[in-house]
Amino acid sequence: MNITTRTTTQGLIITVHDTRVDAAVAIEFKEAVRTEAAGGTGKVILDLSQVTFLDSSGLGAVVAIMKLLGKERPLELAGLTPPVAKVFRLTRMDSVFTIHDSLPDNLKAVG
Amino acid sequence: MTAPSPPEPAGSGAPDGNTPMDPPSLGKIFAGRFTSGDMATRRVLARVKQGLTKAGLGEEDLATVELILAEALNNVVEHAYADAPGPVELSVALQSYGLSCSIIDSGRPMPSDDAPNPDLPVIDPPIEIPEGGFGWHIIRCLTRDLEYRRDGMQNRLSMTVPLEDLER
Repeated sequence: MNITTRTTTQGLIITVHDTRVDAAVAIEFKEAVRTEAAGGTGKVILDLSQVTFLDSSGLGAVVAIMKLLGKERPLELAGLTPPVAKVFRLTRMDSVFTIHDSLPDNLKAVG
Repeated sequence: MTAPSPPEPAGSGAPDGNTPMDPPSLGKIFAGRFTSGDMATRRVLARVKQGLTKAGLGEEDLATVELILAEALNNVVEHAYADAPGPVELSVALQSYGLSCSIIDSGRPMPSDDAPNPDLPVIDPPIEIPEGGFGWHIIRCLTRDLEYRRDGMQNRLSMTVPLEDLER
């Protein structure tokens, strides 16, 4: 699972570079994000702008990550492509997450 | 960079020289047998997408079909063949009324005589946030004529995916 992280004044940005978050990688994805976020504080923003396919296993992994992080470290999402946004909408999980159209400009500039 | 792009007209980008106004070409898209598994699912989905692109389907329909088949094939991997991988037969054909799909496996039967039709799991953050139970809901939302039959030692699932590109 190819992910990178950047620490900004707004929180930790985790960018997923794989195009698929599906059953084949859901567990690996969860573990990779957990490792990257370990020990930090503050908000975590998951940048999904390169992900063009996410199934219910991938969705489950995102929810599991949110639970792992706990309420002290809220998980927000950014850059959902249309197929990914559709899964969040169909399952009404778009009501659970703060979703940014893209990474806020002040986050792009920092780090 | 995530500015929404306009919907692709049917036939755009088809490598066989279709003009954007051509309707999708009907017929067999995929018929094959493979051994169940997450990576096999990926490979088969890629083949189906390739066939549908060639037939002239647009991005939105492609994404819908890929999601439905992924959920259905994930169920085969996770439930029917939870103990050990086994053979799966997938057929996908483009009809005038939609994409007809059939999945046959020889794994465990489904728990009831019909395919599951669950309500969405309860979502009540921060206490109740489900991590699973979405698959059949997604399939039911996006298909019609969903049928499940246990036939001897086989599970036979069939469904139709309504397509935007056929309704223009």
